Amino acid sequence: MKIEELRKLREKVQEELKLRESIEPKVKIIVSMGTSGIAAGAREVLKAFLDEISKRGLKDVIVLQTGEKGLASAEPLVEVITPEASITYGRVTPEVARRIVVEHVINGRIVSEYVV
Amino acid sequence: MIQRAHVLVCMGAGCVSAGSELVKKRLEEKIKEKELDVEVRIIGTGCMGPCERGPIVLVYPEGAFYQKVGLSDVDLIVEEHLLKGRVVKELLAKDEAAVRVSKEEIPFFAKQEKIVLANCGVIDPENIEEYIAANGYEALARVLERMTPDEVISMMEKSNLRGRGGAGFPTGLKWRFVRSAKGEPKYVVCNGDEGDPGAFMDRAILEGDPHAVLEGMLIAAYAVGSKQGYIYVRAEYPLAIKRLQIAMEQARKYGFLGKNILDTGFSFDVELRIGAGAFVCGEETALLASIEGRRGMPRSKPPFPATHGLWGKPTLINNVETYANVRHIILNGPEWFRSFGTDSSSGTKVFALSGKVKNTGLIEVPMGITLREVVFDIGGGIINDGKFKAAQIGGPSGGCLTERHLDLPLTYESVKEAGAIVGSGGLIILDENTCMVELARYFLEFCQLESCGKCIPCRVGTKRMLEILERITQGAGKMEDINELERLGNWVQQASLCGLGQTAPNPVLSTVRYFREEYEAHVIQKKCPAKVCVSLIKYLILVEKCIGCGRCAKVCPVKAISGAIRKPHFINSEICVKCGECKKVCPVNAVIID
Repeated sequence: MKIEELRKLREKVQEELKLRESIEPKVKIIVSMGTSGIAAGAREVLKAFLDEISKRGLKDVIVLQTGEKGLASAEPLVEVITPEASITYGRVTPEVARRIVVEHVINGRIVSEYVV
Repeated sequence: MIQRAHVLVCMGAGCVSAGSELVKKRLEEKIKEKELDVEVRIIGTGCMGPCERGPIVLVYPEGAFYQKVGLSDVDLIVEEHLLKGRVVKELLAKDEAAVRVSKEEIPFFAKQEKIVLANCGVIDPENIEEYIAANGYEALARVLERMTPDEVISMMEKSNLRGRGGAGFPTGLKWRFVRSAKGEPKYVVCNGDEGDPGAFMDRAILEGDPHAVLEGMLIAAYAVGSKQGYIYVRAEYPLAIKRLQIAMEQARKYGFLGKNILDTGFSFDVELRIGAGAFVCGEETALLASIEGRRGMPRSKPPFPATHGLWGKPTLINNVETYANVRHIILNGPEWFRSFGTDSSSGTKVFALSGKVKNTGLIEVPMGITLREVVFDIGGGIINDGKFKAAQIGGPSGGCLTERHLDLPLTYESVKEAGAIVGSGGLIILDENTCMVELARYFLEFCQLESCGKCIPCRVGTKRMLEILERITQGAGKMEDINELERLGNWVQQASLCGLGQTAPNPVLSTVRYFREEYEAHVIQKKCPAKVCVSLIKYLILVEKCIGCGRCAKVCPVKAISGAIRKPHFINSEICVKCGECKKVCPVNAVIID
């Protein structure tokens, strides 16, 4: 290994360790995982988020879970917190989740038809 | 796929003995079962510190700090926290003020300054890439890329780093001695023969961040001009040995050990040597003899190992914690390092905090912190709200600090002035239930057994001292014994060949100095004020308290207790073996020790 290779390798693996620091990430995606959320398919939504984020190699985004939000009829609920605003989406499907990543997280355009 | 949660399971020695291996296995099974294994990563780490709370599980990104995790708790953590995102409150740290979710909020961590232990409990010690992610081997890269050996040594000198093995010798100066010594080849040796009872600092570093030690040795090797190193670890540390072996193997694979390191032309490799567990082998000349395959016995100095070390060649020998500091100094600069601690004692020190404090475990604090902060802020005070009596610092080579030293800053100089030594970092806190005479006897017995026997002051002197102490604790002491202990102790200190004998009398001398009245009570009144020394205590039943339930008589193994039911019972002290079982079962606390 050469010195440049060491530094490249570090950049690659460093991202994974960021999760263990208590630094606030730029974007937080919070999926409601109460009983009704899970029943409505929140697990699949969560997996879709993770998959899309890793496929696109996004940095500074973390996916969190939370409990019941109360609005059971609109589950699965997802809250996306960016420095600009905090938006709550309802009836999110895995496909919508992927759209949220591309349109909202990357391009900054809110997917308005799913906003609660 | 990216992972949304990291679950860190402490695999330090304390947590492993509390069952953390089973906890980790269960976590892995449970996560698979819930199909969370792609999105949640489980990592075994080195010691996180608060050992008495083990097994510890730390879940990120929330930083939820779960303690005393049992197997059924694992199911709860997986189902509630990892699946549904709800932190399991009942497993978090609690104190009077609040439930603490994250590690940083817990008072035990708040006053600590983690430099050497920064990776310990955070990264997976068996995965070199996690170490690289934490800036690992960057210090080595910088040194090889743009520093001359002299610049490295100057930097170490400016940092004011002093040997963490106990003596506190300036590290940079030692490196310079070896660099300028004549003779080839030169060797770099790591002293991992940690032997003090109750000390586990080096063990935790080797188990939790082995690459940091290797990197420190590599930088040292470049600075002094060495191609071959040895790490000496005691056989009693199998986990440290295993992780070191893994680390060395990975470092070779990634090209940090071996020939032409990082394509710079610099070559260095390390061999592991396992000590058979003799305390004296922590002494550098004995350790070197042991590496050479000879009997581990010290020789007189000078000549020092810097000029006449392994096989008579110039040898640099530093302690585990010293090497672990090196990369941080290179990365952050000597001024940064000196911003921790005091002028004469820079940086931090790792202590193994044990004894009668609420929070025991592994701590790292800036040097110059007061004993009060360590005992009451980090340690959480004395257990059962008892009274602080003394702190035994530096293990069997150290001495005790008393109540009046509570505000003493812990530096090499101030602790020495108080008649103790910082030593390698053992710190045992004692309360009112500790007999200082018995404590001194215990430590002296340890040194006496571990004396290699080469020099007479240590071999015979410690034996005679031990006999006197045994006499005193058995109630057969004479007044002149106390003075004789001091006289002999001073002789052994001055005339012994190596550090073992030179420091063996310390616990005795410092307890005589600060707790002379306790010695006198043993000798004159034949009483042990702390009620510890078996020969000097008597079990009694208080007639006015005894309800005559007969439980004590039932448990007494030698039938020393008699009395009619519902009438006060009595202990026949001629028969009593002082096992204390009666005291344990008495429902009204009628059994007392006199």
